[in-house]
Amino acid sequence: MKARTRAAICLLTPFFVLFTAVTAIPIGYAVWLSLFTEKQSGLGFGGSESVFNGLGNYTAALGDRAFREGFGVLLGYCLLYIPLLLAGALGLALLLDSTLARARRFFQLALFLPHAVPGIIAALIWVYLYTPQLSPVVEAMEAGGIGFDFFSPEGSLPSVVNIALWEWLGYNMVIFYAALQAIDRSVLEAATVDGAGAWRIAFGIKLPLIRASLVMVGLFTVIGSLQLFTEPLILNKGTGSAVTSTWTPNMYAYTAAFDRNDYGLAAAASVLLALTAALLSFGVTRLTGRRKERTA
Amino acid sequence: MSRRNRTPNVWLSRTAVNGALLLAVGYMLFPLAWLVTAATKDAGGLLAGDAFSFEGFDLAGNLSRLAEQGDGVYFRWYLNSLLYAGVGAAGCALISVAAGYAFHSYDFRAKEKLFGVVLLGVLVPSTALALPMYLLASEIGAVNTAWAVLIPVLVNPFGVYLARVFCAGYIPDEALEAARIDGAGELRTFWSIGLRMVMPGFVTIFLFQFTAIWNNFFLPLVMLSDQNLFPLSLGLYAWNSNAHAEPGYYPLVVTGSLLAVVPLVVAFVSLQRHWKAGLTAGSVK
Repeated sequence: MKARTRAAICLLTPFFVLFTAVTAIPIGYAVWLSLFTEKQSGLGFGGSESVFNGLGNYTAALGDRAFREGFGVLLGYCLLYIPLLLAGALGLALLLDSTLARARRFFQLALFLPHAVPGIIAALIWVYLYTPQLSPVVEAMEAGGIGFDFFSPEGSLPSVVNIALWEWLGYNMVIFYAALQAIDRSVLEAATVDGAGAWRIAFGIKLPLIRASLVMVGLFTVIGSLQLFTEPLILNKGTGSAVTSTWTPNMYAYTAAFDRNDYGLAAAASVLLALTAALLSFGVTRLTGRRKERTA
Repeated sequence: MSRRNRTPNVWLSRTAVNGALLLAVGYMLFPLAWLVTAATKDAGGLLAGDAFSFEGFDLAGNLSRLAEQGDGVYFRWYLNSLLYAGVGAAGCALISVAAGYAFHSYDFRAKEKLFGVVLLGVLVPSTALALPMYLLASEIGAVNTAWAVLIPVLVNPFGVYLARVFCAGYIPDEALEAARIDGAGELRTFWSIGLRMVMPGFVTIFLFQFTAIWNNFFLPLVMLSDQNLFPLSLGLYAWNSNAHAEPGYYPLVVTGSLLAVVPLVVAFVSLQRHWKAGLTAGSVK
């Protein structure tokens, strides 16, 4: 018994030591930093010193219109992106799982491939495809009578959503497809014998059975969406796009830290972002947990 | 009779289903096709915008310019990426499997509470951590060193979760009991029996972490300022920032991007079994 406890400690220690170092301590440090602000001493020649500021950084961040608008952008992004992603991935997975689909391995691999492309490169490719002088897409759209400016204020959100969809649609489709494949085939056969049609089987039987993966994908997508940074950063730099350097809260924190050297403000913004993520994931798990109890 | 009626119907549905899937594949693949044709063009051909053609074909020229630019710094970045992703993913997979194995094989006080901490860790947004991590690293003088981008990626709570699921699937309790009866110590049992049996899980976690590190951008962006330490993602970003003023950088960025994508595409095509296993283990149940 003692040997086993010792072994368990040995095997768990590397993970938990590192976890503490790169997760727990940074969280604590961020909270600590967010309570202080830099103050220029004297006439601004003698460097600066750290002064306790209470919740001042939080009120400063929340009082900044750019920061609040960042959350507005995130909200719009989530409202557009998450339904499209879930419906698209689910639709494709159901199509692939239907008895009519051919060449399933090919489809899975082809749809998954964009996930192998680093986010920064995906963003670069799409920015080129959005640029009127370079892009065959814009050209084709204009030939078809559709004029759409991907860099305009109204175009920015769809532009970013499209990049994210391209990166994640196939990935989540494969998760749903794997869950669908795990369904006991005899259940589906029984339903067919009872006269249920393809639509009825898809939405009445298959969907409820893979609810766990739907919730998981939804949760990870929400957390991922809150961290939106790389794609809009590429759109922000030199494309003449309407994406600003504080477009998302994450970009706001980055700009506060590295352009303005205001670490306290940046830390407060990071903490607020992490709190939002915690609240949302708590909400999602609570909501779905309760529903599970009801059906049980 | 019903059969004769149904046949064209089935044919129609089949065409619709596979047609819709093909449409989705087209959407997924055409940006990649563009990347391939664009990488073969010189700056003039690229800016002329005659995409999907091989006009102004100059792949060899692009490759040699890529090798020459900044004394071959691109291949330095390539090696850095391989180093960070290879070492980081191997370390992360080993650490995750050790912890997952402990959670699977042993009973100890507060086990499920500790595992709950791991699950909470999955939900922490990593970019919210990068900034405080940078400030901590600058306190201890680790900023702008390889350690700053290597140590954080050794930790992946989701990897521990996966490892526990894999251990439950691959390691029968009898195997461990047999080893103990033969007198093997606990750590010895883990190393020569447990780890070996859960190898497919190890490879899966390795693959996922390798991709994550290879694609990582925010952490290196925050931590590194020395060009010689850049991974590919950060290097290409830097070049792209120059391209707005100096269009000669465009072919470098595009060709460099294509080469940067190749190893992951190869890995995913050849290791299909593993990434599917990883996604399944994460999603079912």
